[in-house]
Amino acid sequence: MFRNLLMTAAAVGCLAAGASAETLRYATARDIYGLDPHAVTDSFTNIFTHHIYEPLVRYDADLNIEPALATSWEVIEPNRVRFTLREGVTFHGGQTFDAADVQVSLMRAVDPRSPLRGNLPGLTAVEIVDDMTVDLVLEGPTPLLNNYLTNIFILDSGWLEEHGATAPIDASQGEEGYTTNNANGTGPFMLESRRPDALNVMVAYDGWWDSPEHNLTRIEHSPIGSDATRVAALLSGEIDLIEPAPLQDAPRIDNAPGVHMMQNPGLRTIMMGINMGESLVDGNVEGNPFQDLRVREALYHAVNMELIRDRIMRGNSRVTGSLIAPQVTGYAEEMDERLPYDPDRARALLAEAGYPDGFAFNLNCPNDRYINDAAICQAMAAMMAQAGFEPRLVTEPRQIHFQRVDNHEVDVFMLGWATLPMLDGFSVLSAMLATPGGEYGTFTPAGYSNSRIDELTQSIAVEVDPEHRLEMMHEALMAARDDVVWMPLHQQPLSWAVRDTVEIPQPADGLVRLWYARVTD
Amino acid sequence: MADTTLSRALDSDLFWSFRNSWTARLSSLVLISLFLAAALAPVLATQDPYDISQLFLLDSELPPMWAEGGDPRYILGTDQQARDLYSSILYGLRLSLIVGFASVALAAALGVSLGLLGGFLGGVVDATIMRVADVLLSFPAILVALLVNGIARGILPPEQHADAAIWVLILAIGLTNWVQYARTVRGSTMVERNKEYVQAARINGVSGIGIMIHHILPNVLGPVLVIATINLGMAVLTEATLSFLGVGMPATQPSLGTLIRIGNEYLFSGLWWVVIFPSVVLVVLVLAVNLLGDWLRDALNPKLR
Repeated sequence: MFRNLLMTAAAVGCLAAGASAETLRYATARDIYGLDPHAVTDSFTNIFTHHIYEPLVRYDADLNIEPALATSWEVIEPNRVRFTLREGVTFHGGQTFDAADVQVSLMRAVDPRSPLRGNLPGLTAVEIVDDMTVDLVLEGPTPLLNNYLTNIFILDSGWLEEHGATAPIDASQGEEGYTTNNANGTGPFMLESRRPDALNVMVAYDGWWDSPEHNLTRIEHSPIGSDATRVAALLSGEIDLIEPAPLQDAPRIDNAPGVHMMQNPGLRTIMMGINMGESLVDGNVEGNPFQDLRVREALYHAVNMELIRDRIMRGNSRVTGSLIAPQVTGYAEEMDERLPYDPDRARALLAEAGYPDGFAFNLNCPNDRYINDAAICQAMAAMMAQAGFEPRLVTEPRQIHFQRVDNHEVDVFMLGWATLPMLDGFSVLSAMLATPGGEYGTFTPAGYSNSRIDELTQSIAVEVDPEHRLEMMHEALMAARDDVVWMPLHQQPLSWAVRDTVEIPQPADGLVRLWYARVTD
Repeated sequence: MADTTLSRALDSDLFWSFRNSWTARLSSLVLISLFLAAALAPVLATQDPYDISQLFLLDSELPPMWAEGGDPRYILGTDQQARDLYSSILYGLRLSLIVGFASVALAAALGVSLGLLGGFLGGVVDATIMRVADVLLSFPAILVALLVNGIARGILPPEQHADAAIWVLILAIGLTNWVQYARTVRGSTMVERNKEYVQAARINGVSGIGIMIHHILPNVLGPVLVIATINLGMAVLTEATLSFLGVGMPATQPSLGTLIRIGNEYLFSGLWWVVIFPSVVLVVLVLAVNLLGDWLRDALNPKLR
């Protein structure tokens, strides 16, 4: 770090007004939910707190798992994994990192009251072997343990106790605590100040254990809700990095001097769930026509995703037939084939199923969650109407939309899934396809239950042989595809825009990791 | 009877003033065309923008027909959802005018009744009404409209927001604008109630309500007409502002303000027509209403004759 400072000091020394050269000003569409790393499952909040806090193992810029606060690990019994911790790590407040911190942090994250408990399933206890060694005791073999751990950050046990913050809080319920606005981690950046919905400032931590690849001294993050205002702030030089950059403004940004777009296919698959319960929420026919496979296929045939890609996503989405992106474990090409766009076939299937005049249902979408979510739904509603359905478009802010999804108050509904932080197809099976119960089936559409998928999901959860695991995952995902329980739309693009002086990797998970960012003159 | 009314109207000072003011003639011509366009929207429009099965995404983001790449089917071009802008503006104009007229009617009815009551009865009733009016007047109108809007939306379940949007807007704008009517009518009423004809009516045993409605009201309506005209422009603008802020008409039933909000998201991407045309129509509408209101105020003011 010192060497780095010298280098940058030398570099900017030549320039009279180089003082702000290593400050990165960064704008997103919304603010984080708070600084407590265990209080939400929101991936944007989690990656933001990752600048301050660190996990035992982490993803690098290419999404490979590498050691972080743990240097090595070993499965000593099927349900016991031993982690050796990194020596010489200090928290921003000066405390030394040790085994007690790991024990307190992990147990805080899996506390029954913690919203994060589902992100580390199966952990029953953390046993301290010595100061720098811990054993994680699990319910059974856990092949994805390290994937889970990438998202569970370590806090200092003494600091938590001192401020009475050992109990977890749930930010989605509006709970706040000392950890909401204060932070003390081991990561590359320290919190300097936080003003919710206005400005978060972080400065580089000189005592970081890792040798920094970044050359930043200061990060200023501000939420800017309006797309147009965010772009204007970038163009005017007020901001160095915006995420997301609105797709419709990409040509304008690329033509402007000194800034450019960064666009890549992302991991997040956008899909429509189909209510297969006893009745429709807002239907005009007896029962639920979507229980008939032909009706679900008709809906699939009615949607022209290529046109939505070309017009609404401006050529930037990856149209898909698969529920997981190609980078995610479990993906196979044969599950990526869509039912072709064919409105005539849709009409024929509808008539065959006994609904020649169509039927009404709700088409539920968020309007502030995914890229162009409401616009996609409006376009799909028009296409479905042209194929003989009578969709009633309902677009709502994310809080209301996802509450409805939770309560099964939706007919055909939009959901995006990036399999974060696992990057594994198991996440789709357990959360979106398995019959609801326990940790499983949180988002499974109403009325869907496939015993073979349930059986495979249970086996995959504990299967340690990667090849057999993949085979089972393939079978389950193909079965879901044949059932048309979800209609996949596309993988939404990552769309950032930066000043030309900023160098930053854009990983497929779409998360901004500023500890890899460099600002040049 | 009709003939005499008409000839009396044509012979009046007001009509003479109208014929001699080119702004009044021009603005009423513009207003009449806009009213006709709005009323005949279903006939004049080339597409029903509320019927999603008529939107073909393939035709999205077309420029106006005279620009390069334009399509004669879409005179003023299309937006991101392939909604024909010309048709959307006609239907949007209709919604804006309905909200404008209805909220002015609500505000006038409320303001005139409260003003009459306060001015005629005086005392505690008058004091209460006027203090409430003072409080309302100390807030910016848009803030009060946002407040009423927020409360109405809080009471209604979310799924009814889209259907109730137009009623909520009328209520919010109407409840915001009644104060001016009340103050004006109260002042005139206090002058009128001491005049001989009112006292004569009293002696004849006409009830208080009868006097207010039959004797005082006709004599205080002149200024109300002026305020109502100018307020129509304000109401249309308030509706546009609320819709622009996203708390007005939903995107599936766009008013002029909603159209401008949608267009605003594409300001940087070269789709100028989506924001320019609805804005121009809004400006022309409000300008014409205001010019006509100004003229009416001058024409009805005896001091300026």
